[in-house]
Amino acid sequence: MNKEDTLDENTSNIDEDFSFERSVSKLLANLAERVQSINGQLVYRCELDKLFETLVLLRNTETLNFSQLTDLTAVDYPDRPKRFELVYQLLSMENNKRVRIICSIDDGQIVPSVTSLYKSAEWPEREVWDMYGLFFSDHPDLRRLLTDYGFEGHPLRKDFPLTGYVEVRYDDIEKRVAYQPVQLTQEYRDFDFLSPWEGDQELVYSSLNRTGEVKIGSDEGGDK
Amino acid sequence: MGVIPSDLDKPILPGKEQDKILNAVSDEIVNRGFVIASADKLFNWARSGSLWPMTFGLACCAVEMMHSAASRYDMDRYGMLFRPSPRQSDVMIVAGTLTNKMAPALRRVYDQMPEPRWVLSMGSCANGGGYYHYSYAVVRGCDRVVPVDVYVPGCPPTAEALIYGLLQLQKKIRRTETISRK
Repeated sequence: MNKEDTLDENTSNIDEDFSFERSVSKLLANLAERVQSINGQLVYRCELDKLFETLVLLRNTETLNFSQLTDLTAVDYPDRPKRFELVYQLLSMENNKRVRIICSIDDGQIVPSVTSLYKSAEWPEREVWDMYGLFFSDHPDLRRLLTDYGFEGHPLRKDFPLTGYVEVRYDDIEKRVAYQPVQLTQEYRDFDFLSPWEGDQELVYSSLNRTGEVKIGSDEGGDK
Repeated sequence: MGVIPSDLDKPILPGKEQDKILNAVSDEIVNRGFVIASADKLFNWARSGSLWPMTFGLACCAVEMMHSAASRYDMDRYGMLFRPSPRQSDVMIVAGTLTNKMAPALRRVYDQMPEPRWVLSMGSCANGGGYYHYSYAVVRGCDRVVPVDVYVPGCPPTAEALIYGLLQLQKKIRRTETISRK
């Protein structure tokens, strides 16, 4: 009897999940498309010009009530025609549901800031500007967040060198901390040849094909 | 004449020999009203006996630094107590990763410390960048910004290791000559 109870509970939960997903998909029918995901996570992909509208809808629709932006970040895919992906993670505390909105964006495109919707977006947007160089319009205070004052470049872009361009030392004549070009006594050596990011790509692919299941890299390229 | 212990470098343990010296010193004060000691030794004794470190915790090393100050290892036993102000301290323990952004602040704090001052670099990151040696944001060793007296290796060094480093610093202070001769 107990067993049946739990079964019932499970099935009703799954039904609930499906109905919730259907209502979200229905709401976003003209704005975003559902993306395949694991474990039934709600992932949608939308265009940049519809991004703000999508977030407004998700936040203001009473039944969904995605009242919290838990995180906002970006991903760099240098091989894609649209280089970056913006990722918005939303949480509905009322429904205990999360949704992820992904938006492809090219270098130089301007993103509307969502700080008017979610106050919590202020620092993440500054961080994305700092790390990826994506510009947000209407942001109240778009300064760099993490890197040094006067830092040049955007470190999380894949073409940014690991060791950067400058290093600091104390200048005894000028009596202050000075910057100088990076000088390394020994170059960085990476021995992880199976790393899907930096390893020997052929080796990585052959090792993955042997197991025949996992496929890495983006759909739109990344083969070398 | 006077009281001159046989071996200056060895500590004299409590006992008959120590009593003899102390009695001789008090006799000296009673009879003549003063004692003569080497100013160098006296200064170094005073300095090494009350090293006041500046609290400069930057990362996880700071936690080990706190352990060394807390009741189990208790740096107070050596007359070392943490000061929150650089103007009241003699030693700066650079405990953790020094980033480029932090470097000017570290140097400023060092400049604010009164002479004589010493720097103890604690952990791999402060010694030479450590795990973050190839990072774009980290100083490859805090000796690029401030002159370092003692390096304590480890990631992070244990509280014992830090105390050992501080004792080495005491040793270093004791053998320096404070008064320059020409």
